[in-house]
Amino acid sequence: MIISSLTFLIIFAVIGAILYGQRLIKTEKSDAVFGNPERSKGGIHWVIVGSSFLLFLWLYYSWDIAKAFYPKSANEICQVAKVRESMLSLKYLFPIDERQHKSTAIIHRENENIQNYITEISSNPNLSEVDKDAYINILEKIKLSIPYLTDEKYLEFETKKIIDKLTNRINNLTNVFPTNNFPPALTLDEEKILNEGLSKQLGWGATGMEIPPLPETKLGLKYHKAAEELTLISDEFFQIRNHNPQYKLLTNDIKSDIKNHRDKLNDNQELEITLLKEINKLNKRIQFASIFPPTTLVQFEQAVRNFDNIQKIEQGSIATKDALLFPGGTIVSSGPTCAEDGPGRWLPKPSDTFRIFADMLKPSVGFKFVPLLWYEMMGVNKIVGFILPDWIADIIPGKYPIHSSDGQVKPNFKSKILDIVTGNFEAFKIPVPIGHIWDSFLRVFLGLVFGIILGVPLGIFMGLNRFAKGFFDPLVELYRPVPPLAWAPLVITVFGIDNVGKIFLLFMVSLSIMIISARAGASGTQLSKIHAAHSLGASRWQILREVIFPNSLPEILTGIRVAVGMCWGTLVAAEFLAGTTGIGFVENVARKYMQYEVIWITIFVMGMLGLLFDITIRKIIDKTIPWRGKG
Amino acid sequence: MSDLVSQDLNMIFKSPKGETVHALKDVTFKLKKGELLTVLGPSGCGKTTLLNITAGFLKPTSGIITLGGNEINGPGVERGMVFQQGALFEWLTVAQNVNFGLRMKKVDPATTEKKVDEWLDIVGLKGFGNTPTYQLSGGMQQRVALARCLINDPELILMDEPLGALDALTREKMQSLVLKIWKETGKTIILITHSVEEALLLGERVYVMAPRPGRIHKEYNLPFALRGLNQDLREIKNDKEFVSKREEILSMIWDMEEEIMGKETG
Repeated sequence: MIISSLTFLIIFAVIGAILYGQRLIKTEKSDAVFGNPERSKGGIHWVIVGSSFLLFLWLYYSWDIAKAFYPKSANEICQVAKVRESMLSLKYLFPIDERQHKSTAIIHRENENIQNYITEISSNPNLSEVDKDAYINILEKIKLSIPYLTDEKYLEFETKKIIDKLTNRINNLTNVFPTNNFPPALTLDEEKILNEGLSKQLGWGATGMEIPPLPETKLGLKYHKAAEELTLISDEFFQIRNHNPQYKLLTNDIKSDIKNHRDKLNDNQELEITLLKEINKLNKRIQFASIFPPTTLVQFEQAVRNFDNIQKIEQGSIATKDALLFPGGTIVSSGPTCAEDGPGRWLPKPSDTFRIFADMLKPSVGFKFVPLLWYEMMGVNKIVGFILPDWIADIIPGKYPIHSSDGQVKPNFKSKILDIVTGNFEAFKIPVPIGHIWDSFLRVFLGLVFGIILGVPLGIFMGLNRFAKGFFDPLVELYRPVPPLAWAPLVITVFGIDNVGKIFLLFMVSLSIMIISARAGASGTQLSKIHAAHSLGASRWQILREVIFPNSLPEILTGIRVAVGMCWGTLVAAEFLAGTTGIGFVENVARKYMQYEVIWITIFVMGMLGLLFDITIRKIIDKTIPWRGKG
Repeated sequence: MSDLVSQDLNMIFKSPKGETVHALKDVTFKLKKGELLTVLGPSGCGKTTLLNITAGFLKPTSGIITLGGNEINGPGVERGMVFQQGALFEWLTVAQNVNFGLRMKKVDPATTEKKVDEWLDIVGLKGFGNTPTYQLSGGMQQRVALARCLINDPELILMDEPLGALDALTREKMQSLVLKIWKETGKTIILITHSVEEALLLGERVYVMAPRPGRIHKEYNLPFALRGLNQDLREIKNDKEFVSKREEILSMIWDMEEEIMGKETG
């Protein structure tokens, strides 16, 4: 309902915006000249068209429009797919979708194989002459056995009768299929089973089963029943063996030949053993390949063709829906289930995606028992204990209390301090954010903050001092060109897969960027400004703080912006590698279980978070360095 | 007794290629307190080097330069400097820029605020205190630079082509301002310029410098600056004496330029 209204809304929006744009063109006067940059300004209505177009593509290629307007279409196409699947092996026998009859192709191939073996054996220097003659003899016999399968005069009456019977069954089906007499009325039992199955059947979508397989419509039932009948016919046909007595006699002879030769061989005569195995396989392939004389299956082939045409014609609206609303693929049947095959498979439907996202946003659901973004009440004591290192208590003079003879421990000052730094005290609780998104955010934030705290002073120092530049340059230049992820295995080994490792990795990423940008900012300070400050009586420290630092701010802030992007990219990849929380972790797990909706949700969340970071920094840049580019 | 005295100043630069450039050779002069000196010369004659040495940004290769008997050994508050492009701190407002020197000295903000207002008034920027400097025009920026330098009450004001980047009209206004400030404060001023006219108009004394090696070629003592204090500058420019002096110096500089060209091609 929502999606179908949305589709109409999109169409109206696009038409409306295009009309509005057309009207606007007529009023354009001031910027009539091509090349005037003013011509690219404004155009919110084209933004609407652009986003509508994108949304429409998503809806269309994820087959969500099909689902919205024809919720049962997938089920019907599934039934058609069942018929297609049941006819697959029968059609394969004849040049319907292939170039040759299957029998022709097999005879051609195996004759070639026999010839190849004969050449190979006769030219092989490791075989004795006796063996060569014997093996070639067997191969000649196999070659001779083929005509027994392909000559009409050897065809047994029984075989012919079964083929005729099956041909009639297909013809009957073809005749009755377009009429209302098919499928015949269901028996009470059949109806009961079907209705029971239908009542349990879930809808089309991300519900654990992609496509509901039981037929839900009358047309669908027709195809479902036809597929059942065709499967029976097909099974029966492939049980037919065109083995007449003459052929049986010859193959038995060949088999015993092979067995005799095999028995004569020692276990270490590997070449001979392999050759005999190959020859035996070749014989078996011909034996079970359903080879028939060229004219035997003419009527059967026609019957298959006729039914195929009839079922294609009878599809009617199903075929139209399949062609129009299922772009880039269709629904395929495999055994008892049906599956999406095409973009519908990896491009989740917006309706499903939004539903799953809404579900995941609930703190009780989340992903892997961790909410996406929520809060929990945490005692201040725990936070204090986390922030303050324990050694603060250890360095206080004195000793920790010793238990007295009456079995009591009396706390002293030192142990009380230990209680504080380990968070072992009562305190009120405050809400603390938790969840995958928060974890990822915090890692990027902390990595960045540490990088800035260390990188900016170091970078400025390097920009102003020959020693600092020379001393730290090798260190920075040695690790900076390495892709950050190349450090990940090492960092994770040293600092663990949890927050510390990732924060350190991001710290490394942001550090080099901050050093380089702060250095460029510091060394790019105009000499006249420094001279001016000097002659105005500023000390070194004052020049650093009042001139060089503010003058480097544009570079530093640009560096932060770059570092945020790099950190964000590295973090997601690092979370892919290891960890138990974070948005990258969510995507990696979703990938393992092929939860395409979740994958797209994580992609969306990452995009939004990255955008949020960038907008925030852009706002900060506009606020703190309005003079940038105007100096 | 705060005269500026330089004795046999020599400045030799070494280029990375190993060539030596004699930027200043045996420059000796004496500037009394309250004098306005303009320095003129073709490019590469060492004007800016001389100024930078006086400001203390450069140390001379040999020779000594003193202000009021104290050897100049680095930048100091008693020598204020005004740069060609203003060299304003664009992260600060006009008032903050002017206040910079006092703030560095940690003067009480209440008194500095009053002083800043006074000086903005003098340079004609009343009411622009809270404007960011990057929104100012070139002339206004130089007024800020002037006020910023003067608020520190330096004994000597060094100006490195302060009006070079301004349009003709603004330039004339600024020239009057320089003269006005000179008169009212009685500071010693050294002003470097490319413009012969400006040097003649503003300079009580004018040094024409010559290049390779940089040296003082000729010295003039002129009346125009004093006249400019109460006379319209445009009138002075049309004065016969002014015109003849201008032509004399112009041809002198032309000759020097031609000599350089000759040296380079020959």
